Amino acid sequence: MFDIEAIRSDFPALTHHQQQGIVYLDSAATSQKPQCVIDAVSHFYENGNANVHRGAHRLSSDATKGYELARAKVAEFINCHANELVWTKGATEAINLVAYGLTHRLGKGDVILISELEHHANIVPWQQLAKRSGATLRAIPVNDQGIIETKSALALIEALKPKVLAISQASNALGNIQPVHTLIKAAKAHGGLTLVDGAQSLLHLRPDVKALDCDFFVFSAHKCLGPTGIGGLYGRYPCLEALEVFQTGGEMVTKVTINEAQFNPPPGKFETGTPNIAGVLGFGAAIDYLNALELAQLRAHELQLFAYLQSQIAQFSQVRILGDLNNNIGTISFVVSGEHPYDLATLMDMEGIALRHGHHCAQPLMSALGVNGTVRVSLAFYNNKADVDAFITALANTLEMIA
Amino acid sequence: MVASFDELKTKFIALGGWQQRYRELMLLGKELPMMANELKVDDAKVAGCESNVWMYIDFTPQEDQLLIIADSDTRIVKGLLAVILLMYRHKTPAQVVAIDAEQEFDELGLLKHLSPSRGNGIRAIVQQINAFAQQHL
Repeated sequence: MFDIEAIRSDFPALTHHQQQGIVYLDSAATSQKPQCVIDAVSHFYENGNANVHRGAHRLSSDATKGYELARAKVAEFINCHANELVWTKGATEAINLVAYGLTHRLGKGDVILISELEHHANIVPWQQLAKRSGATLRAIPVNDQGIIETKSALALIEALKPKVLAISQASNALGNIQPVHTLIKAAKAHGGLTLVDGAQSLLHLRPDVKALDCDFFVFSAHKCLGPTGIGGLYGRYPCLEALEVFQTGGEMVTKVTINEAQFNPPPGKFETGTPNIAGVLGFGAAIDYLNALELAQLRAHELQLFAYLQSQIAQFSQVRILGDLNNNIGTISFVVSGEHPYDLATLMDMEGIALRHGHHCAQPLMSALGVNGTVRVSLAFYNNKADVDAFITALANTLEMIA
Repeated sequence: MVASFDELKTKFIALGGWQQRYRELMLLGKELPMMANELKVDDAKVAGCESNVWMYIDFTPQEDQLLIIADSDTRIVKGLLAVILLMYRHKTPAQVVAIDAEQEFDELGLLKHLSPSRGNGIRAIVQQINAFAQQHL
């Protein structure tokens, strides 16, 4: 039985928000953390604190055990082998790692294909790769609702035969769930490498990387109940092996002389410097927390709230919602004709509603949609009906105020 | 129309809740003269604004005063610009740098707009005006 109030009580910040009269509807920016994640982080610093993969003392070996156990947990969560999972600072660093590591593999005439609705993190690293390698960066267009049309996307893949296809499983700005599986299949048919940006999908969809059949999958822990500053890169093992090293230094090497170094096999060869140990342990706790909850129930609750939100927002005729409402992780991105998103969001903040406005790090998407930004409400399973009601009341007040 | 910054302050402080203050702020923005489109060029844009803000600052040595004009495409930022222009109106460079903008915004209940959040343009505007005044001390 899904008990929303019991779930909410696991998230101390939600209680704190409530006391301050704030409603959190910005989970696409970062999710709230359950107490067990906060405890795992402080427990490490309070009790175990030691570096990992270094030294013979028992503190280090305990820390290493916990750290590698968390890797195994996260790997199982996305259905890959632990040695296919590289810890990074987050999704952004993971994409940079791949884009950098592919430099020697691309050249003039090669195409890197992304889409118009990507987050800047899934655009700019590819631009830089194109500049370094001489390859060309192209984008699958979106329609005027901000949706990728599968048919035209497939035709574009067919025509361009991209060497790399990098696409988000769910859009951060609009919440669209994208037909990544179909697009990956098409790209693979032409021997293209595929990368899925799972920053937004990890929490809502619990992707199975083997089912997606992508070569790379990237994510950030903080958008999936975990701490900030930690995330990961899944790569099919041969794909990881074929990547050039990104950052170099200690721990990623087996043998070093003044002029040469031999690197560890993956994932070690991409993990240099002391990692975010507390972050990894916290993320492991987040995965434990999610594993104890049934995805189908969380998803059903989110979709129910999402439907309720849509039905309520429909009363405002001046509100125009963008994005794919039929396939969505629970995000409403909207504009009000003649009004700047900044004004709406500022007044909504005064009303105690925490949401995001602006271009959502997706300026090419905003240009394609012909808007200067949107206001974005992003739900998570810990939101409840009262949160939606508070938002609707605040929106009514805001629209009345600027009328 | 409020004639001076002191008058604005008195009016704001007398207003009850944030709703009245923000209504007043947006009214002030509406009264701010529109900048001609030809002047809204990239060179005049204030960097770090989530909205578009254009600003020109000039100095008239005869009167020893700064002359500032500014515009924005949002109601609230335009209102904040109106407050800033009133705050620095008819001020000499020395008077401008002596103004504690944080203190003034705090008294108006608008301090959050001066927060050091990335992309917050209001802080950048105040800093730009101060830097300009410094050069003309």
